[in-house]
Amino acid sequence: MSLQLRRKVHESVIYIDRDSAPRIIPSGEDFILEDLPIGTRVIYPKPPINGLPNRAAAIRYALNHPHDCDPLFAQLEPGMKITIAIDDISLPLPPMRTPDIRQTVLEIVLDMLAGHGVDDVHIIVANSLHRKMTEWEMKRMVGPAIFKEFHPDRYYNHDAEWSDGMIALGETKHKEPLRINRRCAESDLVIYVNINLVPMDGGHKSVAVGLCDYESLRAHHEPQTIRDSDSYMDPKRSALNHKVERLGKLVDQHMNVFHIETALNNRMYTGEMDFLIKNEDDFSAMDRMKFEAMRFTMGKMPRAARRKLLHSFPAQYEMIACHAGKTEPAHAKILEKNFDQYAIPINGQCDILITGIPDISPYNVYSILNPLLVQVMALGYHYNFYRNKPLLKKGGVMIVHHPCFDEFDHNFHPSYIEFFNRLLPETRDANVLRDKYEREFANNPSYIEMYRRGNAYHGAHPFFMWYWGENGRQHVGKVIAAGAENAHVPAMLGWERADNLTEAIAMARSYMGRSAEITMLHQPLIAVCDME
Amino acid sequence: MSAASFYDLEGTLVSTNLVHTLGFYAKNQPSLWRSFKKSTTTLLSLPVFAITDQYSRKVFNDLFFKRYRGETEDRLRFFADELFESVLKPAVFPGSYDLIDKSRRLGLRQVVVTGALDFSVAPLMRHFGIEEYVANRLEFVNGVATGRLLPPVLAAATKASWIRNYAERERINLSDSYAYSDSMSDLPMLSIVGHPAAVNPDMRLRQTALHHDWPILNLK
Repeated sequence: MSLQLRRKVHESVIYIDRDSAPRIIPSGEDFILEDLPIGTRVIYPKPPINGLPNRAAAIRYALNHPHDCDPLFAQLEPGMKITIAIDDISLPLPPMRTPDIRQTVLEIVLDMLAGHGVDDVHIIVANSLHRKMTEWEMKRMVGPAIFKEFHPDRYYNHDAEWSDGMIALGETKHKEPLRINRRCAESDLVIYVNINLVPMDGGHKSVAVGLCDYESLRAHHEPQTIRDSDSYMDPKRSALNHKVERLGKLVDQHMNVFHIETALNNRMYTGEMDFLIKNEDDFSAMDRMKFEAMRFTMGKMPRAARRKLLHSFPAQYEMIACHAGKTEPAHAKILEKNFDQYAIPINGQCDILITGIPDISPYNVYSILNPLLVQVMALGYHYNFYRNKPLLKKGGVMIVHHPCFDEFDHNFHPSYIEFFNRLLPETRDANVLRDKYEREFANNPSYIEMYRRGNAYHGAHPFFMWYWGENGRQHVGKVIAAGAENAHVPAMLGWERADNLTEAIAMARSYMGRSAEITMLHQPLIAVCDME
Repeated sequence: MSAASFYDLEGTLVSTNLVHTLGFYAKNQPSLWRSFKKSTTTLLSLPVFAITDQYSRKVFNDLFFKRYRGETEDRLRFFADELFESVLKPAVFPGSYDLIDKSRRLGLRQVVVTGALDFSVAPLMRHFGIEEYVANRLEFVNGVATGRLLPPVLAAATKASWIRNYAERERINLSDSYAYSDSMSDLPMLSIVGHPAAVNPDMRLRQTALHHDWPILNLK
């Protein structure tokens, strides 16, 4: 290993030495303690930026000092038809402690609307083809007062399969169609309340994706677009983002959108769980005790109970910025803040990338991280945490630590089950899957009904999850599932399996050589590795 | 080859069951005394119906349709429209229309396979715009119901066998077809298509659907 590479470049990057402590690796609902090989580079979350001391004041300031448009109050007239769209439960992760930022923004905005004689107000959850939120989740997100006043007639989930509720806005010059929620399209003003957790979120994606239908979504949620996104956490080099921006311009031609964007710090846990984001070398006796107590307690619990317990810890995120106004300038400001929080300068790619998969993803809130979601977290999200070039060398080995249990949530992910058991044994080729089966799943009346009347993800959603891992799949030479409790799930995903991390590293070294550079993402982690 | 959607009716697309229809006819007898007598007997029979239905659909049918003995055919048909308007139409699950509409737009043939009686089903099928359906038929002698059903009696395995024959005759690909039911007794019907779904299922069917990873729909 070169001295250049060994040199400490950032406080979030540490190298394992002879006297280093073992590292905590989340693996589904478990936490594993493993010694890593000497020289392994471990990337930790950046220290959280301090939250704004008075977030209500910051939101009011943003509303009154918007970018490239009049302040919100100046755009209001009595009798206007206004729709407020908000991000769904996939943001932030895990769901944040109450009051949620959306509640604070809504309280301020609704107060302002009422003060200007605007009565015709609807609040729509921009869930796109995600599952509809349950009443309990909706109430938690906006608080009981707003929920009581607006739900169910004026506070509801977007329904992409309600044909009367959608309207065509047209298509871009690249022939990408856009059908959007009719209520939003026909409103005098749409106010979008966003939470930006990662740089992929927000901007034009909020309206053009969050409120569209299946046909519009499949124009950009497809294998080639993902392959061309290098990475999709880097908006400038993301083909996905370019397509969404084109659609956003179409939205701006037809609709008056006032965007309220917020950025969060990465203070995922505090108090009893804060040791999870600490450097193990700096653990105090109390930290070690907390970890051992958690391991002991969770070791006695069945998996479902462990999952329930983990999902009961809300994230402690704080708002670090709020900007409002036209979508693009407001989003640009928020992105700057996102990168301030997440960007970690990294020198040199690695040959072997290790990542634990915690029970946290945008698609399994209060549910099971099924095998397809494990795949999307590994090859999609964790692989894509970079700018400029991938953290892992082309053809390198990715070690994923997860039990890979064959478990699915029948209410939330019904079409995933058929995708996994019926389609993956036939092919893992994303293009074949798209051409041959995507529409069949999307049009399956059972899945449509479960999406519309239940809380199921849309029938086509597992395809998008598979495509989401496409650039990772094309780049990575091999994936090894360490700690997988069965052989068939890794095999179905096209992965190899190992009993534990030590065995996985030995296997990876047999492919990449004894001197292979190893890097581990210390999960739970939200970061963007700024490659030199 | 084309494909089809096969629906059970009662409990699946509408919330009523056979007893609601029987209750309606019991209430609408030629005299007040007969209405009272029939309604009371029907009410008292409910536990027996419930138990036999759990035990065997065939035994349930034998017992249940005896209640129609002595009813005249013209009377049963005359009240069918009123039965539809006052009992069946309000009982249609809101999601049924969307489900049928989506299936139809996929080009699937719409077929209802029900153990209910043909005269009670006909107006409902017109309402749904479904032309292909098969239902149980009462046997009439000189225009009076004997309390027996004409074969084939549609229940459990016979529904599946009817669907197989229909598919062969109409060149329907069952692997591409869909079936919807609420009841465990329709397990054979659900098992022979490529896309089965449990709709508002009872506990036993829910467990089976979970076991086989079938979609579980709630059309209510």
